[in-house]
Amino acid sequence: MATTAVVGHGHPPTTTGLDHRKIAIWAFIGSECMLFTSLISTYLVYKGRSVSGPFPHEVCNPPQCATALKPILNIPVTSVSTFVLLMSSLAMVLALAAVENKDKPGWAGTGAWGRALASSRLWLAVTAILGATFLGFQAYEFTSFVHEGLTIRTNLFGSSFFTLTGFHGAHVTVGVLWLLTLLAIDVKRGLGPKDALLVDISALYWHFVDVVWIAIFTLVYLIR
Amino acid sequence: MATAAAAPALPRAHEYEASGLWSWLTTVDHKRIGALYLYTSLTWFAIGGFEALMIRAQLQGPNGRLVSAETYNQLFTMHGTTMVFLVIMPLSAAFFNLLIPLQIGARDVAFPRLNAFSYWVYLFGSIFMNVSWLIRQAPDAGWFGYTPLTTLTFSQNLNIDFWMLGLQILGVSSLAAAFNFITTIINMRAPGMHFMRMPIFTWMAFIVQFLLVLAFPVITIALVFLQFDRFFGTTFYLTTAGADPLLWQHLFWIFGHPEVYILILPAFGLVSEVLPTFSRKPLFGYPVMVYSGMLIAFLGFGVWAHHMFAVGMGPIADTLFAVTTMLIGIPTGVKIFNWIFTMWGGDLRFTTAMKFGIALVALFTIGGISGVMHASPPADLQQTDTYFIVAHFHYVLFGGSMMGLFAGTYYYYPKFTGRLLSEKLGTWHFWLAFIGMNLTFMPMHWSGLMGMPRRTWVYDAGQGLEIYNLMSSIGAYIQAVSVIIFAYNMVSSRKRGAIAGNDPWGAPTLEWMIPSPPPDYNFAVIPTVTSRYPLWDRKSPQLTRDVPHTREGERAIDVDVGGKHVGHVSHAIGNPPGASAMPAASSERIKSARELGIAMPNPTIKPLFVALFMTLMFASLLLIHKGKTPLAITGVITFALAMTLMLYSWLLTPLEDEH
Repeated sequence: MATTAVVGHGHPPTTTGLDHRKIAIWAFIGSECMLFTSLISTYLVYKGRSVSGPFPHEVCNPPQCATALKPILNIPVTSVSTFVLLMSSLAMVLALAAVENKDKPGWAGTGAWGRALASSRLWLAVTAILGATFLGFQAYEFTSFVHEGLTIRTNLFGSSFFTLTGFHGAHVTVGVLWLLTLLAIDVKRGLGPKDALLVDISALYWHFVDVVWIAIFTLVYLIR
Repeated sequence: MATAAAAPALPRAHEYEASGLWSWLTTVDHKRIGALYLYTSLTWFAIGGFEALMIRAQLQGPNGRLVSAETYNQLFTMHGTTMVFLVIMPLSAAFFNLLIPLQIGARDVAFPRLNAFSYWVYLFGSIFMNVSWLIRQAPDAGWFGYTPLTTLTFSQNLNIDFWMLGLQILGVSSLAAAFNFITTIINMRAPGMHFMRMPIFTWMAFIVQFLLVLAFPVITIALVFLQFDRFFGTTFYLTTAGADPLLWQHLFWIFGHPEVYILILPAFGLVSEVLPTFSRKPLFGYPVMVYSGMLIAFLGFGVWAHHMFAVGMGPIADTLFAVTTMLIGIPTGVKIFNWIFTMWGGDLRFTTAMKFGIALVALFTIGGISGVMHASPPADLQQTDTYFIVAHFHYVLFGGSMMGLFAGTYYYYPKFTGRLLSEKLGTWHFWLAFIGMNLTFMPMHWSGLMGMPRRTWVYDAGQGLEIYNLMSSIGAYIQAVSVIIFAYNMVSSRKRGAIAGNDPWGAPTLEWMIPSPPPDYNFAVIPTVTSRYPLWDRKSPQLTRDVPHTREGERAIDVDVGGKHVGHVSHAIGNPPGASAMPAASSERIKSARELGIAMPNPTIKPLFVALFMTLMFASLLLIHKGKTPLAITGVITFALAMTLMLYSWLLTPLEDEH
């Protein structure tokens, strides 16, 4: 048994050299994977089992349905909102790069474009705005579905669709609040390289939520 | 020595630490939080045990008239739910909290405030669920809460609402704790504490946290569906809308079977600490013990449908799940043999902890064998929903988990309190619990094979069931006496128990190197570890001859921070220069963290309030079924806002003072 004063006071270095929060966020994301797996599996198990319409892809005409029903999922509109969310991940990457390189003036080049690239506030704001835009699309989609007669109570498709996409939307909402909080801190005191971890873990969360949407878009919207 | 004379009883590690109620409400010290978990979960153990006593009193003779059928349903539901979620899991968490940082040589967990939050969520969630008794609408659909029995069609009162919201709250507690412990174990190990040198309890705890992280989200979603069905009128479990009647069962058991290993692996870990100490031998096959724990956890995710053989999934699914279930018997059997080989030829000391440890090995084996019996679908079709199953899972949960946790309580009580539990009372506790347990649950095998169904409140005379039920009830009363003795032991030893000192048992691992109870910072100097059994290396090196060590002359440990090499520790085995920095004897006055210049987190009340607001937020939903939907929504929004504001205040306050 050897004992040596490695660190007498303050904090001993972490075993991996990584910050605790970085490891915790990965554990959290692991848990979130199971959460969305359960939601997506339920949607897929219930696909095609609804006894009454509206249905996601299928057309339903009398006498099968009381009134004629057309496929309800609007793939073109959702493709646009998917693109918006994907671009938000790009903005998030730029926000992290801007924070990490804050002490290297001119790292992104000189001129207006370089200054814009190096602005963490700009990219945090852009990420949050793109996230909020995605939520706007989702609000529009939900409202139009309700107008077409599909609510969370209507049938199995309605229940599983609204719950799955609603859970995802709630995650995006939390992400937007998180980004706005970071933006507020950035405006108040400025985020520098020593704060990079704060942005890093929010970015991991944001990208995760984005990746989940790719799965949802593929499995719910694109595959019939 | 003057200080020691002035303080005749216990060398107070905490003499400079705050005391009183406020210090407990605001504590972020993992040892205190562990103690809170310990006392709270044992209180629920008494309450859940009382529910079991009512059940056994009702079934003592044919056509019992003690309780109504409704009350009986509530009793067995709450007995199961309490013992699983409010006793065994948090009692395990008590040991996770106390031991993980001590065993890996850390000063606290990675997120001390999150740790406090986990405890308060557990406390408030458990109280919330039991408030249902006061309005006589306790949960009544079994701990597994099968749909459609739990849907609004068949259960219109608040019983199920309390159950599903309570479980949702408790899930938050378990998940938060799991993230915390995973980070702690990965990131806060002392220099030299490689994974394969970690004490086996920490290993089992580590595996359990992964089970929690991966299993709890599934029941979270199953419960969300149920809540949406009951509160908002969705159709997830509505068979008339085409819903799959088995959806709940699949989701519940995908969680529920890993949950079984969440309940047993911590007890396995505790016993793997107790047996080597009292056998004076290193654990037999340490790496195999680690790997078999991993294998049990891994296979645990692939066996859930063996709870559902009776629903008729078809021969292929039945066969598949039967085979995976039987496979789990292999790593479990390996563990049993390794414990036996650990004791083989050892210098055995039959302390109370050791007796409970050996009892686990024996009783869990019985429960494991009956488990392999109904892994076979044809046998299971005979046994399912009979008392045979009740006998099986009480042998693994009471004979396994609780015996292991009792062993841990006797073994680690000194680290919680600084004193030993009375061995005399402990002997009484053990033998009464052991005899009572077998008298209660062994006859259930027979009553079950004779066809006595579970969850029924009465049985008729003249079917040959009387004698077995009477034996079971007498056994339950004997267990009740054992629990009273245990409770008295816990309370009286707190003040009058023998003073333990650092290492009362001659144990091999780091937690026994420091005073009992440890000072708030645990280790004045973070130790460097060169083998699995650092204390035996120092005190009885002959015991660890065959254990792998860092060898003399070898460069021992590189310390890298963020990719930057900050130095290395190269050391021979033996008495190192830093050893004198360790408190040599328990009579030595223990310095405060401030005197030693160790930064410790500040106490804070905020986690308590976040937990409280979160519980109230969930509780507000109950108003929906009272026809007060607007009030419910107001309540949810108010408490959600209060929780968010408190959370911001918590996150924006630094953990410790700037220095």
